[in-house]
Amino acid sequence: MPSDTPGVRPALELSDVSKHFGDLRALTDVSLRIEPGDCVLVYGPNGAGKTTLLRLLATLARPSEGKVLYDGGNVHQNPAAAKAAIGFTSHATFLYGELNTRENLEFVGRLFGLANLQQRIATVLDLFHLRERTKTPVRELSRGYQQRVSLARAFLHDPLFLLLDEPFTGLDAASTESLQGLMRRLQEQGKAVVFSTHDFEQGAAIARRLVALEGGRIRYDGLVGMAPLTALRIAREGRKTL
Amino acid sequence: METLRVVWAIFMKDLRVEWRHRGTLASMCIFGILVVFLFNFAFEPAREETVRLLPGLLWIAFAFAGVLGFNRSFAAERENAGLEGMRLAPVDPGAIYLGKMLANLFFLGVAEVVVVFAASLWYNFSFVPAIGWFALITFFCTLGYVAVGTTFGAVAANTRMREVMLPVLQFPVAVPVFIAGVEASTGALKGDPVGDYAGWIKLAAGFSVVFVVLSYLLFEYVLED
Amino acid sequence: MNKAFPPPLHLVVTLAWLCVAGYMIFLYAPQELTMGEVQRIFYIHVASAWTALLAYFLIFLGSVGYLWKRSSFADDFAHAAGEVGFVFCTCVLVTGPLWAKPVWGIWWTWDARLTLTFVLWLLFVAYLMLRSYVINPGRAGVLAAVVGIIGFVDVPIDYMAIRWWRTQHPQPVIAGGEGSGLDPRMWVTLLVTWGALLCLFSYLLRQHVRLAGLRREIAHLRRSLGSSLGG
Repeated sequence: MPSDTPGVRPALELSDVSKHFGDLRALTDVSLRIEPGDCVLVYGPNGAGKTTLLRLLATLARPSEGKVLYDGGNVHQNPAAAKAAIGFTSHATFLYGELNTRENLEFVGRLFGLANLQQRIATVLDLFHLRERTKTPVRELSRGYQQRVSLARAFLHDPLFLLLDEPFTGLDAASTESLQGLMRRLQEQGKAVVFSTHDFEQGAAIARRLVALEGGRIRYDGLVGMAPLTALRIAREGRKTL
Repeated sequence: METLRVVWAIFMKDLRVEWRHRGTLASMCIFGILVVFLFNFAFEPAREETVRLLPGLLWIAFAFAGVLGFNRSFAAERENAGLEGMRLAPVDPGAIYLGKMLANLFFLGVAEVVVVFAASLWYNFSFVPAIGWFALITFFCTLGYVAVGTTFGAVAANTRMREVMLPVLQFPVAVPVFIAGVEASTGALKGDPVGDYAGWIKLAAGFSVVFVVLSYLLFEYVLED
Repeated sequence: MNKAFPPPLHLVVTLAWLCVAGYMIFLYAPQELTMGEVQRIFYIHVASAWTALLAYFLIFLGSVGYLWKRSSFADDFAHAAGEVGFVFCTCVLVTGPLWAKPVWGIWWTWDARLTLTFVLWLLFVAYLMLRSYVINPGRAGVLAAVVGIIGFVDVPIDYMAIRWWRTQHPQPVIAGGEGSGLDPRMWVTLLVTWGALLCLFSYLLRQHVRLAGLRREIAHLRRSLGSSLGG
């Protein structure tokens, strides 16, 4: 049910979601509610289902069972509003190697139908310090630079929910710091940030909420500081090492 | 309007990507020319046979060049998950289909012009007297061919051995446009009255409409995960 | 369905019916005047062709059902129809030349029906090949459904184009034996044979679907076992 009341902002939810690929069960019975202002760290060992969880929230993957909801409505029945509110980065950059930074951003802006496109492009170029090499084809840029362009791409339409899958991979120390600062500011602006990382300390420094995944199930969902040690160890090392 | 804007954006994006490295179009043209060239050794057509054999030869060249193009079209998207990137935006999946389809149509059209030019030169055959009808026939048959080819290219992108999978999917379904293309062009190039082959043009146009609409509706399923 | 008409009973009925059909083909149906004994292959040939066409229609139904309702049954059904239909279509392609050689003097001719059968066979091959080559097995059903629907819509257009193409060219010396002037006993034999093949077809189809269902169940159990053991 869409919320008409001012002040009540839409939430992004997974409701009893399972996702399997043939015999492989990537996620089992996951329920999660993300509200504007949240800053959520999704943490777990390799193969825990972090990427699948983020792809489901980003409306890219369709759940095998259960529903993905935005503002109370099923995102697969009415995707337009959800997609306009979500920005997503992943291991794949979604960029075209032959096109330069500006052309890539212009293409995305046209898909989103942004009215103030040039202004938005200028904003994200400044935000991610991409001013110098806007004419170079993306293919010829370093991995870290491409990662920043990819982040700029996700920010372009000023989304309410930012879903970042391993956003720090490939970034140098300065870029990491500025991205962390940006994530804090977004949270203060009332946007939601959901991100995954394999470096717990780095993530815990920014996030307030922790979702620990293991074996495709949520093992802990709550404040970062309150997480029981066993849950953290499971999330860090997997169950087998216990 | 919204859809048209997205279709245009995707079409221009594909053209720009191609303009930067020119790999797809060049390989399509070379491949098509090679078919025409090899055919010369296989048959050495005498002058009066040319008009009977040429349309078939051209369509074999178009068919293989097309398959090459459809594969490359989705290989470029696969590199950095471009199709997923488009799905993140609030756009109709059918619009993504139309954009890719128009780009493929454009590339195959250019390759066809090159191939026809080469064939005309090597076989001393003039297309000029029948160029209008020949162009119309080729346009509709190419449109039908690209309409299914774009969908199957996207389907085959999800498979192992996609270079083999695409022609296996594409050729049986495209049989009507092959036949229509060959029969109608033969009629046109021989100088037959239009009435004799107009039926084939209608068939190709009907085929194109059916498969553009069907693909537009089904593309959502091809893209989903 | 399984209670009222269990698979073993289905198999027995199929075998009995096939025996009756065999008896009728060889002993009841009269001998064709010009073609002789070899014409008796016609009953199997034509009945298989009808069954193969029906199978492609069932692929279409299963595909639409799967895209619409996402029931794994519809997907299994389409897949089974594809596999069994492929066998019947191959049977048409094998019996055709066996019949054509003594009658027409050639193994194959690009006559409209033959060409169409061959295209249908290629469509079956494409459908089955796709199913086994999809990288992510979870997506095979949806992609196969898309191909199944496009293939089905293509069949009538193929038929139109091929027939039209052939009527502009010389026909084979002797057209096929079916159609007008068929002896009533031949008609009865043909229909009984078709019935037997449909019985066989439905038996194979349901066993395929059942097998696919069992596989799915095993996969499901393995998954839940796997996740509860934490591995």
